[in-house]
Amino acid sequence: MSNYLLSIVTFLPLIAAALLAIGLRGEDEATQNNAKWFALVTTTATFLISLGILTQFDPSDTGFQFVEESDWIFGLTYKMGVDGISVLFVMLTTFIMPLTILASWDVKTRVKEYMIAFLVLESLMIGVFCALDLVLFYLFFEAGLIPMFLIIGIWGGVNRIYASFKFFLYTFLGSVLMLVAIVAMYSYAGTTDITQLSSDAFPFETLSVLGIDVVGGVQTLMFLAFFASFAVKMPMWPVHTWLPDAHVQAPTAGSVVLAAILLKMGGYGFLRFSLPMFPVGADVMTPLILWLSAIAIVYTSLVAIVQEDMKKLIAYSSVAHMGFVTMGIFAANQQGVDGAIFQMLSHGFISAALFLCVGVIYDRMHTRDIDAYGGLVIRMPAYALIFMLFTMANVGLPGTSGFVGEFLAIMGVFQVNTWVAMVATSGVIFSAGYALWLYRRVVFGDLVKEGLKTIQDMTAREKWVFAPLVVMTLLLGVYPSLITDIIGPSTAALVDGYDNALAAAEAASQYAQN
Amino acid sequence: MIQSDLNIVLPEIILALFAMASLLGAVYTVKDKLAPALTWATAAVFLVLAVSIGAGDTEARVAFGGLFISDSYSAFAKVVILLSAAAVLVMSESYLERRGMLRFEFPVLVALSVVGMMVMVSAGDLMTLYMGLELQSLSLYVIAAMRRDSAKSTEAGMKYFVLGALSSGLLLYGASLVYGFAGTTNFAGIIDAAQHGELTIGLLIGMIFLISGLAFKVSAVPFHMWTPDVYEGAPTPVTAFFATAPKVAAMALFARVMFDAFGGAISDWSQVIVVLSVLSMFLGAFAAIGQTDLKRLMAYSSIAHMGYALIGLAAGTQAGVQAMLVYMAIYVTMNIGTFAFILMMQKDGQPITRIDALNQYASREPARALALLVLLFSLAGVPPMLGFFAKLGVWQAAVAADLYGLVVASAIASAIGVYYYLRIVYLMYFGSETEALDERKDTMLLHVMLMGSAAVMVIGVFSLLGLDGAAASAAAALVN
Repeated sequence: MSNYLLSIVTFLPLIAAALLAIGLRGEDEATQNNAKWFALVTTTATFLISLGILTQFDPSDTGFQFVEESDWIFGLTYKMGVDGISVLFVMLTTFIMPLTILASWDVKTRVKEYMIAFLVLESLMIGVFCALDLVLFYLFFEAGLIPMFLIIGIWGGVNRIYASFKFFLYTFLGSVLMLVAIVAMYSYAGTTDITQLSSDAFPFETLSVLGIDVVGGVQTLMFLAFFASFAVKMPMWPVHTWLPDAHVQAPTAGSVVLAAILLKMGGYGFLRFSLPMFPVGADVMTPLILWLSAIAIVYTSLVAIVQEDMKKLIAYSSVAHMGFVTMGIFAANQQGVDGAIFQMLSHGFISAALFLCVGVIYDRMHTRDIDAYGGLVIRMPAYALIFMLFTMANVGLPGTSGFVGEFLAIMGVFQVNTWVAMVATSGVIFSAGYALWLYRRVVFGDLVKEGLKTIQDMTAREKWVFAPLVVMTLLLGVYPSLITDIIGPSTAALVDGYDNALAAAEAASQYAQN
Repeated sequence: MIQSDLNIVLPEIILALFAMASLLGAVYTVKDKLAPALTWATAAVFLVLAVSIGAGDTEARVAFGGLFISDSYSAFAKVVILLSAAAVLVMSESYLERRGMLRFEFPVLVALSVVGMMVMVSAGDLMTLYMGLELQSLSLYVIAAMRRDSAKSTEAGMKYFVLGALSSGLLLYGASLVYGFAGTTNFAGIIDAAQHGELTIGLLIGMIFLISGLAFKVSAVPFHMWTPDVYEGAPTPVTAFFATAPKVAAMALFARVMFDAFGGAISDWSQVIVVLSVLSMFLGAFAAIGQTDLKRLMAYSSIAHMGYALIGLAAGTQAGVQAMLVYMAIYVTMNIGTFAFILMMQKDGQPITRIDALNQYASREPARALALLVLLFSLAGVPPMLGFFAKLGVWQAAVAADLYGLVVASAIASAIGVYYYLRIVYLMYFGSETEALDERKDTMLLHVMLMGSAAVMVIGVFSLLGLDGAAASAAAALVN
């Protein structure tokens, strides 16, 4: 039973979606309620089962656990497993999904299809973090685009068509290049098994491609192909422009999933593939990526300050926070990688909560313009309190989870490149600027807008949605070892492997020169 | 001797006799009134032949002194051809009958063209090749112009005929050059003359002309001009037929000629096919973007798909042929489903193929819209649908053959191509409100075809039911 735990967690939502699609007919309110409850129960059950994985997980073992393997079509293998890096992303996914379902309780149009789309999406997202075969990973990674395309397109805002196409085409173009690299890796190594590929070294002799000398050779080319996909998914500056559009147009729950989970796939990909499989390529590209991250942090923070749309502001702040993640990952030391993972998980809670905060007032006023609000604290004290907590967490206030991740990431990168660390730190100040200013304009001030004078505070359901997020943000803020104890051994092994591979490559190239 | 030869071509003989018998039978009895029964009977004969070929002995046998080859490669292609032709016939029956277009010649001509296709994939000699090709083509010219009262249909038939004749001319010219320089029309003889490094200029030019003629039949760019017009002009069931069985036959013949006759000079033809493939993928991807007619869009889509299938051929390896065969089988399945959908589209009693007629289709027919969504994403090559694995297969073969440039180009083309499939999905799911298509109750069969083909695209991801194994042994029979 426990051997199939990962498959159960992965496919339970998919099976539920199929049952929902086939079993439930009708458009009346009762069926809509059934669809909602069914989805909520399924996602909660998935979360409870995934808790079973977490309790049985042994952090001291840096290999993959709960491994399942069987033959698949075209000579591929179906292989699943989790290690210290991925297990928490699985948990994050299963934790966030019931909340998004609960947050979508007021959806009125095509409720059944909505729930099906989210359930399918959950399956695919969990699959991404569990897959131990490249093609299987790619399958889950790409298939997630389909439900997200529909979620933005069907239940999105006014400009949803543009946003959904941009989202799909951007990510698809990035990913097909990764697929080419996957096929090339298969032809080099003769396997698509992630564990085997991580220990194989691809050739890194300098190559000449179209007359340009590529330092790091095949590794650099493969790294760039994977980078094309993960950088778009992350998203890194300058390929981040799909994100603000997608966030603004997506329904609240769509934004939550996008920010909390889908963006993490890029960072996860860097950790799972780029560093262990192409160490030389990663080493060659590290300076570029560190500076791109630093630019992302400062530039998108500045862009966030001038936004007039709340969701767009938070979207840009997400890009900035993801800059810390890429920076931490490519610092390639224990603090940096720990910080990056911590930052991703914490951002999963905080950004989800912030988008939900926007959703709460959007549901009431149907506008996301910052100018349309002001003085909400008078009518909505509970909301003001929760919004404040997450604004502070977003800024990285000590005592919230946002602080730990940023601090570790900056500490990691400081050891590698002091200037990048310094530029990034200035981004922290800008983030305080946009976040606090947003809070001040929306919540404080006089309540002068006519429409706001009758606004109601949060309902019990809305409070329940926020409660787990509040708990997690504070808990991780004061007790970060909850996460670092689990990820620590695996990241240490990752960093060791990376350093050893680089040292071996260095020795080999010196040997070749002599 | 002659007895054993006849045994090998028995399926072709049975089908040809059946076609002639049904022609005579219908002419001397009730003519068009017999057409529905004849259509079903033809489909049944296809099915029986497909089963007997598929289950039968597939060891390599040669008949008539090398003119005709029967091996597991030809068996694979024949099974796919027969099954897809049977599927298209049963799909067409009610459509054509309702519009008074179902003449008894239709099943007969389809049967004859299928005989041609079966001869094509078994060809062991340039003469057999040409005979099969022309039998197939002449039947297709006629059924393209089947609606005699429609200007578009007759134009389609005329265009197809003129351009097809031109391509046959190219092919014949190439064949004559090959004969002149190799001294034989037999593939087994040509391969001795056509070894890499020893390829005389005449043989090379002859080969290029042959490739041009064959590229016309698979509608690869730059020999694709006829495809959109013929697809659009011909009655929809005929278009469905064009998009499936003849494509498989032409592609199988292409590989047969390249490997059996020119297998010693792979590097000489591989580069030509790379060019055809890249051009087809990009033209298909770009030209389909602006289309407003679903049939025209499917024409460009099929051009692009032929480009992807040609990647497998360009690899010039056994793995490449295997990937190409799997690609064609999956392609045909997707097309049958998509055309089943197009055949169902109707507004005010008239068939309609405009794309914008699909606006908000999902809110009226969620199940069918979902099936079409699956098919479109599969055509676009988005995982987890089977169409993705088809592309993955040809890419793997091409990378193993070091064709990195081709693979990168096709990756970019597929990302461009995904746009026009997405556009249909977008119209169905979040387009603006328009008048609904007719509610149709009489389309059970089409409905089943659509759902079945969509289900295959999803379920196939779990198990292919031996398709890849059959393709592997077929490829092994061709490339050795």
